[in-house]
Amino acid sequence: MTQSIQLDRKAEVQYLLRVGDTALILAQRLAEWCGHAPVLEEDIALANMALDLVGQSRALLTHAGTLEGAGHDEDQLAFLRDERDYFNATIAELPRGDFAFTVLRNLIVATWAQLLWERLVDSSDAEVSAIAGKAVKEARYHQQHAADWVVRLADGTAESRRRVDAALAEIWRFSAELFESDAVDTAAHATGLGPRFAELREPWLAEMTAVFGEAGLSVPKDSAFRSAGTRGVHSEHMGFILAEMQHLQRSYPGGVW
Amino acid sequence: MLAVASSSRVAAAWRVLATVPDPEVPAISVCELGIVRDVLDHDDGLEIVLTPTYSGCPATEVIEHDILQALESAGLGPARATLRRAPAWTTDWISTEGRAKLLAYGIVPPGPASDALVPIRFFPRAAKTIALACPRCGSHHTERLAAFGSTACKATWRCLDCREPFEHFKPL
Repeated sequence: MTQSIQLDRKAEVQYLLRVGDTALILAQRLAEWCGHAPVLEEDIALANMALDLVGQSRALLTHAGTLEGAGHDEDQLAFLRDERDYFNATIAELPRGDFAFTVLRNLIVATWAQLLWERLVDSSDAEVSAIAGKAVKEARYHQQHAADWVVRLADGTAESRRRVDAALAEIWRFSAELFESDAVDTAAHATGLGPRFAELREPWLAEMTAVFGEAGLSVPKDSAFRSAGTRGVHSEHMGFILAEMQHLQRSYPGGVW
Repeated sequence: MLAVASSSRVAAAWRVLATVPDPEVPAISVCELGIVRDVLDHDDGLEIVLTPTYSGCPATEVIEHDILQALESAGLGPARATLRRAPAWTTDWISTEGRAKLLAYGIVPPGPASDALVPIRFFPRAAKTIALACPRCGSHHTERLAAFGSTACKATWRCLDCREPFEHFKPL
């Protein structure tokens, strides 16, 4: 059994891991659809988006490891951290739910990601800027795919509408966390690494309002509930994902494909 | 290989690279796809500079391997591949010949990447704004089935006249 690595929680490392881990964990959830999606085309689409997210995550984790300076590579960071050292937003780790839940979550996260990548293109860190230059193009397709499906399902049959309504009621409260600012993103803003997350809230809400308008959905009221995955405090679902993700590397240390 | 002068060595490498097919779209070469950005001749061997198409493209490692093997077989080794992320790859880098080959292969080549910057919040279900011509019969009576296809870079379409499915290389 491989020991966990100890992460140096520098602000810039945490900042990149908030983005990279959100991509990584959402990719894991999307990949669960492989062989289970309602139609073959969407099965393939979700797997393709998961692949994009894994690629973005690999680049960010690699760079986070470089900034950390402790010699940790992408694989060690992906597979050998303890739960409290993962900084993904809680929304990414929620169980995949039904197809309506999945596309609604994708819309929330992809709209956030697209706005974030647009800002990270101007990062003072050349590597982050380069990663963002590619990722922003991918995020646009993810956002478009999710928005398209949310409109189709909300404006579809009574059953599809019922499912979107249920998904929205469940998931909306987890979106607030994506826009919380603290010492980590304030430091990133100060050095020019990336924006404060709170700055993304307004354009994100404008985009969500436009999509919801087309779908005939109302933007739910804010809730007092706050999830805390970006600070390493996760939901009960996180441990199960990590058990699945980490099993091979923990049991067969250094195993390669 | 010491007798091979630097400039001709680089030219020879480009000729070899032009024969290496993309593993996922074997109709075109890695050069026609536009991912080979530079070939540099160093004292300790050739450096092939690659820019990946998509962040998560699983073909990237295979392409590196294929390229190095082809150069080795042609007696141009040792060679190494390096990654250049910026500027990001765009479908605008696919060559004219590459586009013609894609079409002949049954994949509609991408339009200008700037088209992808226009926000299309909802893709029209019946392709009214983007009417792709069927690569088999030329009909514009086509529709998109899915935003993604056999790879992330392609969307799945069908022709409503000849009834054949086809793929569209999405502008990126």
